[in-house]
Amino acid sequence: MTEPKLKPDEVASIDYVVPPEGWTRTLPDLRKGTFNYGANPKSAQYLGLPNPRAWQPMEADWKLPPDWQRIVLEGLRERLSKYRSLQVFMDVCVRCGACADKCHFYIGSGDPKNMPVLRAELLRSVYRNDFTAAGKILGSLAGARPLTIDVIKEWFLYFYQCTECRRCSVFCPYGIDTAEITMMGRELLNLLGLGIDWITTPASNCFRTGNHLGIQPHGFKDSVDFALDDLESIFGVRVEAPINKKGAEILFVVPSADYFGDPHYFGFLGYLALFHEIGLDYTLSTFASEGGNFGLFHSSEMMKRLNAKIYAEARRLGVKWIIGGECGHMWRVLHQYMDTMNGPADFLEAPVSPITGTPFENAASTKMVHIAEFTADLIKHGKVKLDCSRNDHWRVTFHDSCNPARAMGLFEEPRFVLKSVCNNFFEMPENTIREETFCCGSGSGIGTDENLEMRMRGGFPRANAVRHVHEKHGVNLLACICAIDKATLPPLMEFWVPGVQVAALHELVGNALVMKGEKRTGDLRGQPFAAEKGGKKDA
Amino acid sequence: MPVFELGAVKIEVDEDGFMQEPDKWNEDIAKALATTEGVSEMSEEHWKLVHYLRDYYLKFGIAPMIRKLCKETSLPLKRIYELYPSGPAKGACKVAGLAKPTGCV
Repeated sequence: MTEPKLKPDEVASIDYVVPPEGWTRTLPDLRKGTFNYGANPKSAQYLGLPNPRAWQPMEADWKLPPDWQRIVLEGLRERLSKYRSLQVFMDVCVRCGACADKCHFYIGSGDPKNMPVLRAELLRSVYRNDFTAAGKILGSLAGARPLTIDVIKEWFLYFYQCTECRRCSVFCPYGIDTAEITMMGRELLNLLGLGIDWITTPASNCFRTGNHLGIQPHGFKDSVDFALDDLESIFGVRVEAPINKKGAEILFVVPSADYFGDPHYFGFLGYLALFHEIGLDYTLSTFASEGGNFGLFHSSEMMKRLNAKIYAEARRLGVKWIIGGECGHMWRVLHQYMDTMNGPADFLEAPVSPITGTPFENAASTKMVHIAEFTADLIKHGKVKLDCSRNDHWRVTFHDSCNPARAMGLFEEPRFVLKSVCNNFFEMPENTIREETFCCGSGSGIGTDENLEMRMRGGFPRANAVRHVHEKHGVNLLACICAIDKATLPPLMEFWVPGVQVAALHELVGNALVMKGEKRTGDLRGQPFAAEKGGKKDA
Repeated sequence: MPVFELGAVKIEVDEDGFMQEPDKWNEDIAKALATTEGVSEMSEEHWKLVHYLRDYYLKFGIAPMIRKLCKETSLPLKRIYELYPSGPAKGACKVAGLAKPTGCV
């Protein structure tokens, strides 16, 4: 179905003038291209979610339960008592505005309700009205407003125009985590059955088959077998990839897009080639076949349900510890919640690299190590032979994926790996990388088609920084360590910076890897290497 | 749920026009769905893709990896986009009556 095509110059002409009537009197405009479709009732039912029905945001009647106000206010009361952080975030904001222009959605849309301070105010105003003495007595004078259908519609629009990336939190003098406010907003919406399909259906698939795509065990094996054939034709070496192997030392969990999507898949080839080369005793799992967790974008309960399989599978297979692949939000769940949510995993051992002997002390509690840390350690100890010239056809920059960057501080390892496998690496401007990295604009479960305009707007600041290095240094490859990035940055680049492709960190590792006994035919995409030039850097 | 109707074909679809009950798929439905993808005439190559996707779906309950689709049909990705301008997942899968892949893809 052909839609009128979005044009970059039209999207880039952004109106930052604030509507004169004030924000409380500006009604939500559910304009096509700015919101996501409602959850398919079959998926909602499968997960046992409240109020499953066919509904769409563009329809006037959202078919809410009759006592919807009570449900939301009770839900808010419960969460205020359960999460001290939420109570503090509701009370402490002085509306200084330090966060206002830090949000990629505000920069790309000019809509004041995308200023993080105002996004939080959408919820805070209802909190004041029903939970504070000042709000109860003084009403709008104290910044309070009653909960109406239009408020609910506004929440739906703006809590799904936030990617929970937490860039704004870096600049908040109080450290308010606006992602947590969005998470609470979404939880409240979900109590009414106001979930979006791009989150609910992957979550339902994940609950049914172990992964967001709904791939069953024989399909998983089929894809892995295909990858092994591909590796054989590239390296001339037959590589093994054990599946569900009891007694393996390490369980390896990847996002499902790694064995399905493009360009994720080339990174998957990179992992398998690397593990073969170092002789790692590991196993994949058809049950823990998803590292990602769209439950995080739905509710803490859903996150917990979907995450439980990782420790359960580690226990069943009898592994010692776990390595996780290149996935973004997965690492917020693993690093910050898994241990207390579904742990303690005291049946596992504190991770120690069997190849270098390095203990991963940062993962002593979760027992789960990021692949970039694992690989960086291998390279640091000279355990793999690398030929950087095999990436000479790429001029590379690195996008810090939001969650590995801001939720776990993973800044140096991916850069160390990149500089060890490429000759041409260039950083984007410093206020757009590391903890100040700009989001892809499509994270937190909104990376689909119906809201493409909003994604291109939200991704504009990231794309703009890529354009800078593209023009200045001829960068033609954007490397990253997140599956959502790999799915959503290619269309973003095509829109704003044509000529820049997207790749997994481990695709570049796989390209540079010199395997014992190899008869290489080209890079992991099946392309011939650039003509031999530049010095070889053997690590 | 929206209903898609063309000639004798009448099926439930989602907001993007994907079939809701893939098991009811047949070639007449494929031809009708193809018109929504700007394909007025199904050539041999169009069918080759659709039949491969269909067979894979019946075995595995999902679409194959794009790399696998290209390799097994011997059709490069560029050619697939020429045949189905919205691409393998959104174009060819829709015509083959498969659900849209979901998640980080």
